Amino acid sequence: MPAISMKVNGKAVSGNVENRTLLVDFIRTNLGLTGTHVGCDTSQCGACVVHIDGKAVKSCTTLAVACEGASVTTIEGIAKNGTLHPMQQAFHENHGLQCGFCTPGMIMASIDIVKRNGKKVSEEVIRRELSQNICRCTGYHNIVAAVQSAAEKM
Amino acid sequence: MENFNYHRPATVNAAAALLKKSKGGSYMAGGHTLLPTMKQGLASPSDIIDLTAIKGFSGITIGKSAVVVKGGTTHMEVATSAAVKKAIPALAELAGKIGGVHVRHKGTIGGSIANSDPAADYPSACLGLGATIVTNKRKIPADAFFTGMFQTALKDGEIITEVSFPIPKKSSHMKFPNPASRYALVGVFVSQDAGGKVRVAVTGAGPKVFRVPDMEAALSKSFAVSALAGISAKAKGLNADMHATAEYRAHLIGVLARRAVEAAK
Repeated sequence: MPAISMKVNGKAVSGNVENRTLLVDFIRTNLGLTGTHVGCDTSQCGACVVHIDGKAVKSCTTLAVACEGASVTTIEGIAKNGTLHPMQQAFHENHGLQCGFCTPGMIMASIDIVKRNGKKVSEEVIRRELSQNICRCTGYHNIVAAVQSAAEKM
Repeated sequence: MENFNYHRPATVNAAAALLKKSKGGSYMAGGHTLLPTMKQGLASPSDIIDLTAIKGFSGITIGKSAVVVKGGTTHMEVATSAAVKKAIPALAELAGKIGGVHVRHKGTIGGSIANSDPAADYPSACLGLGATIVTNKRKIPADAFFTGMFQTALKDGEIITEVSFPIPKKSSHMKFPNPASRYALVGVFVSQDAGGKVRVAVTGAGPKVFRVPDMEAALSKSFAVSALAGISAKAKGLNADMHATAEYRAHLIGVLARRAVEAAK
């Protein structure tokens, strides 16, 4: 099996995977980082979103071997020294989750949205750009409120 | 998903050589069609030749009369390019409507066009602007490129290296997305060139992207919504599925064409 190495949450990691191994499986199974979820496994729900070299992507539609040398950030890598990332804090304060299954993908996608659109990102842009992250509990209202609240603090 | 040999060549020539040597290999760019297809067992290539590490395979050049987009350029790069927004705003808008953010970060123009999905967006920009598709072997006009559902004029092993879009006087893209997949239920791309000639290209409605000659002739005489009065698309031969009937799609072609003409800039 090919050996791969990359940076995950700032740490150098390596492992042996089959060519067909998806990035999400490498993260969850090889690295034991189970915060990244597999929702639909058909590239539609956004639960598996991580950042690769700073960009939000679906880790269920990315080959692990294709990430050789890349820098990957997962939900486990955004809190600093035990303090939640402003986006995590805002989801908590605004009750932007119920069951929590979609939340890691929501938060990784939302950080990317704020990074690209800035502190003043509008509700319309948030709703449009989160449209491929599916939540079956909340009705999205509090998620959008959380993203707007975090945007001001990021 | 079946296993495969994986290659990440640094040049177009090396990629072509690897495909030729393989038993039944496939190129991969963003992989956002190929990997889901493989997961479903609908494709099982012996080799995947990943094109994303090829040097100089992505980027945008704005010439005097054309916008040239390299084959590996992502949808996000086109959607957010200030130069594309200025030269052909409808092209940047179209790229910004493909899938969602995560898809746009990975999906590429070459991959989209090579796949010729009947509901993909880029084919309508190619046909609607009269683009030229450049491969490692030759140049193919968009009118001769899309040959059928998931079928193109590309020969085995050919790689799309760039797409050259002539800069029109005015253009516009209107799309009625499937709310779940964001693929076009129907999409219409309209352009008017400097000489006043109009192209109207429709995606999502038929087995492949197609032009609407009646609308083009009327709009070439008078580029106004009123010119489209009395011209309707025929439902015969259009796609019908759980999302929409052929009649509904035909109706949408008219609605979206009128909106596109009104919004053209």
